[in-house]
Formats: sequence, structure tokens, C-alpha cells
Amino acid sequence: MNAMNPPVIDIRGLWTRFGETVVHQDLDLTVNHGDILSLVGGSGSGKTTLMRQMLGLAKPAKGCVNVLGYDVTHADSVWQLRNRWGVLFQQGALFSALTVFDNVALPMRELRVLPEEVIHDAVLLKLSMVGISPEDAMKLPADLSGGMVKRVALARALALEPELLFLDEPTSGLDPHLSDSFVELIRSLHEELHFTVIMISHDLDTILALSTQIAVLAEKRVVAKGTLREVLAMRHSFIDEFFLGTRGRRALNGTGISLEACGQGGK
Amino acid sequence: MSVNQEQIPRLETADQTHAVATGNWRADFLAQPGVMARISKSMGSLPDAAAAIWDISGISEMDYIGAQLLWQGWGGKKPGRLALSSRHENLFNRLAQTGSLALPAERQGSFLAFGWLRGWLASLLDNATGLIGLVGQLVLDLMRFARNPGRGPWKEISANIYRAGTQALGITALVGFLIGIVLSFLSAQQLHIFGGDIYLVNILGMSIVRELGPMLAAILIAGRSGSSMTAQLGVMRVTEELDAMLVMGLPHGFRLIMPRVLALAISMPLLVVWTDAIALLGGMAAARLELGLPPAYFILKLPDAVPVANFWIGLGKGVVFGILIGLVACHFGLRIEPNTESLGRGTTISVVTAITGVILADAVFAILFKSVGFR
Repeated sequence: MNAMNPPVIDIRGLWTRFGETVVHQDLDLTVNHGDILSLVGGSGSGKTTLMRQMLGLAKPAKGCVNVLGYDVTHADSVWQLRNRWGVLFQQGALFSALTVFDNVALPMRELRVLPEEVIHDAVLLKLSMVGISPEDAMKLPADLSGGMVKRVALARALALEPELLFLDEPTSGLDPHLSDSFVELIRSLHEELHFTVIMISHDLDTILALSTQIAVLAEKRVVAKGTLREVLAMRHSFIDEFFLGTRGRRALNGTGISLEACGQGGK
Repeated sequence: MSVNQEQIPRLETADQTHAVATGNWRADFLAQPGVMARISKSMGSLPDAAAAIWDISGISEMDYIGAQLLWQGWGGKKPGRLALSSRHENLFNRLAQTGSLALPAERQGSFLAFGWLRGWLASLLDNATGLIGLVGQLVLDLMRFARNPGRGPWKEISANIYRAGTQALGITALVGFLIGIVLSFLSAQQLHIFGGDIYLVNILGMSIVRELGPMLAAILIAGRSGSSMTAQLGVMRVTEELDAMLVMGLPHGFRLIMPRVLALAISMPLLVVWTDAIALLGGMAAARLELGLPPAYFILKLPDAVPVANFWIGLGKGVVFGILIGLVACHFGLRIEPNTESLGRGTTISVVTAITGVILADAVFAILFKSVGFR
């Protein structure tokens, strides 16, 4: 937001290897406070791995990953960060043995200081923010539809109002209408709660609608990072394919960005 | 987390009518040790929180949890005299809108004394019919297999024999050997009192070949392979592999259940022989140490002491126990629902049922063959 704030995420010289294959080679990435950053890249370009490394779930072969000022390669800093970030996993990762209510209440109860009445009201508030009615709060995750699972998972990720929110494919598996309303939901929550978002998505509409920053992963590093306009102005084969293919053009048409202005119109 | 003093959430009260809140009222700051206790103490010192004069404009940051805490202290409404920073106004507006949400009342369970019993009986009946259905399906699948053996699931059968049989050789040998030693030591001591040392071969031979060998092998396999089969089928349900098989025209019975049951029916008798042999070896070793009984004598005496019918009974038990374990494991595996709770419960109940079933079947064997194999 301003130059005074240190970056929320600061990755320097990151290397990732799986056996012989190098996935990331000397990768750098910074994310500033208040950004909604989309990580885009082809399949196998290591987006999910990169997110897992930011969360301390996987260790890079080399390099440092700083999240909110902590080096997440140390297990101890992940413990420090547990209440300051929230993650929406691709499949929701709701605890199947707990009801919707208990799933959202879990992070609050783990603080071990809040009275149960406060938790009760806070959970219902979070659920109402994502459009889940109290009638559905006592259901088990197995009884929910895919869209509801995502919403409940988002409510759980937001339970402690984290400064940093990770979204892994937030709109995959949702119908267009649901996915639009999900995008709208994240945007309004972002305005209200001022968090930073790191998002992996393949859905162009979601990326274009939400992101303030786009980072393109290709050739084992971040080949472009910036606003949509800045990224489009870069000349790179992946960017051309991804944003300026038929699907990309269709999605871009809706955003009012003229392709000619980016110097790519004649392509 | 390092917290500087100004950020710690505070609530100060004066004259029971003034309250001033300062600091950072976010969840992670409220969770600092002691903070909540001090706040609720101050809140408690106000006789009527909503009527007091509140100044919370000194709060630097606040989230919904912090706001909720104050809101509840005020009894669910804004106090009449409240100084509030405009940044936080939205939080309370939202709370005022949604404040009336409540969970639906839990439905009361039936207090009928027989409700529990009825549920239990229903599930027993359900499982029994399910198992019978599974047996019928198995017979049909076996007939289909016999008509056209070339198209049978040979690969699955051999893989299951390897997993449930070959890989179990180590554990059955270890347990069999130890039980043989223990049994031999105990019997040798008792027999020595009566001077009947030479009957050790009879006791060991009969008990191991007729009873213990098959039982040990069956209990170990139920715990080891039965549970893994249940869990495997359960995870296949969770990952929708079972559904994928059905739509591709691969019936569960023919491709999953029959190979497993057949594999256990084949490998169990072989494991029984193996366990028998190792347990007798253990017994022989202990007899040599305790009574000085030479192994050569032991081996020479064995055919006399144990009629060969007992060996066949043991093998028969192996086949029956194997089929039983396989059926129970598959039955409970296919009933697992796609959630973690059900997976754990299904695996437990599968092992417990398999072991209980094996012991029951053993009792039936004892009654049926009560006049066979004795001298």
C-alpha cells in the first residue's frame, strides 16, 4: 500500500528440485500489502509447489521464503504465523468429522481465550458473510454441495481475519454463476477486511476480475509480474498463448482493456 | 510474536460509568496471555455496560472478533454514549444487522428406551443381509470365473496372494515360534511334575496343528490383511474409483471381492502349514532346553501323537477362515462412506468382526469334528 510497509511475501533465489527435474530456478517474487496476486503458469510450472513453499508445507532446495517477516523454512515461524494467514485449499479440506459450524469455530477455539458465546456469534457472522445460512451450519461437510464446501472453507480461512489469504483454485468446480458470486464475495471481503491475497487460478475470468497483480510462472521463474496491462505488454510466448488465445481474448473483451494499446493487437 | 505495549488490547473503567478501550483489538493480540482475563474483569466491573460512557476511539485496529467481544459486553446493542473511530463504524453496523442470527434448535433424540436397541438390531440385520448377498454374489462370480477362466482376474489374484500371503510369512513365523516356545515351556513344567515328559509331543502337536496354528494365522491375517483390504476399498470409495469401475463395466464383485477372497482362501491354508511348522520348531527348541528332549525323537514321535486327520482339519480351517476374513473385509470396505470418520470406524469394525467371526467358526469346527482325529 505504501513504501513504508515491508513486502508481505519476499522470495529470493528460490530453487526447487524433484529428483533430477528442476522446477524453480533462481526464482524471485515479492508481494506487497493489500495486493491480490494471481499466480498463473502452465500445468507443471510449479504454482502449487510455490504456494506450498510459502506455507512452509514444502522446503525449497535453496533460497529463502519470507512471509510477513518470518522465514517459513523454519517450523517455528509457521507456528508464529498460524493465526495471521488463512488458506482455501482446492478441495476445501474441511474436517469431515466436524460440522460446518465446528469447522469454522476450530481456529477460534484454538486461540483458547475466547468465550464460547463470542465464538458462536463470530462463526455465524463469518458464515453469513459467505452466504451460508444458520440452518446449514449444523450439516456435515459430506452433505454440502461443491459450491457450499468452497464457501465454508473460505469462512474457515477467514475465521481469524488473517492478513494474508491463500486461494488455491478458488473457482474451480463452480458453475459460472456461482463462480461470479464467489469472485464478488472475495472482492467485497477484500475491501472490507484489507487482506493480501495470493491466488492460483486457471480461470481467466476469475484472474481478470480479481487480481491487482499477476505473476507469470514460466521457464522455471517469474517471467513477468505487474498489473494486467504491464503483463500484457511483455512479449513472451506463454503470455501470448494464455491471455491472447481465443479464450483470453474473449475474457479480455469484457475488461475494457484494448489489445491494441498493449501493442499486441496486430498479432 | 513480539508485541509492544501500546498494541496490547486494554479496557479501563472508572466510576462504573466510564470505559476506555485502547490497543489493537485483533484476534491474535487478544490471544496474548492474560489479555482476555483483564478485559473480562474490567467488563464485569461495569454494572450496566450499555449505559456507561464508552470511548473506543483509541483502538488502533479491530477485527470482527474484537468488535464481537465489545458487542457482547454491551448486551447486543450500541451504548447510547459511544465515541468510536469512523474506521470501525462498519464493523458494528454489520454486527447490528446480523446480530439476531441463531443456530436452529437441535432436534431432540427419541427417548424411547428401545431406540438404541432397535438401531443396533437394524444395523445387525442390515449387515447380515449384506454379507449373505455378498456370499451369493461370490458364488455367481466363481461360476463365471469357472466358465471362462481365461478372462478371470488372474493378476489381481496373484497380487493379493503376494500381499496377504508371501508378505505375511515373517510375522506369522515370529509369532508362531514364540507361542511354540511359551507353550512348550509351560507344558513341560506341568508334565514334569507327573513324570509324563514324553507326552509333550502329544500336547504340542495336537494343540498347534489342530487349534493354535490356524487360529494364530487367522488372527494375524485378519489384523494385517483384512484391515488393509477394508481401508483400500474405503479409500477407493472416497476417491470415486469404485464408481469409475462401475461405469467402465468392471463389477466390484468380480474384480475386487472375488480376487481378494480367493487369494485369502489359497494363502491362508499355506500360512497355516507354515505357522504350524515354525511353532513346532519353537516347541522343539524349548523342549530340548527344558526337558532335554532330542529333536530327532520329537519328529519321530509326531506322526504317532497327531493323527493326520488333524492336519486336514487345520487346512480346512485355514480355507474357511480365509474366505471369512476376505468377505468381512470387503463387506465393510464397500460400506465406507466418503469421510474420514467412516473410514476409521469401518476398518475397526471390520477387524473386530473378522476376529470374532474366526473364533465363532472355530467353535463350530470343534463341534462338527468332535469325534475326528482323536485316538
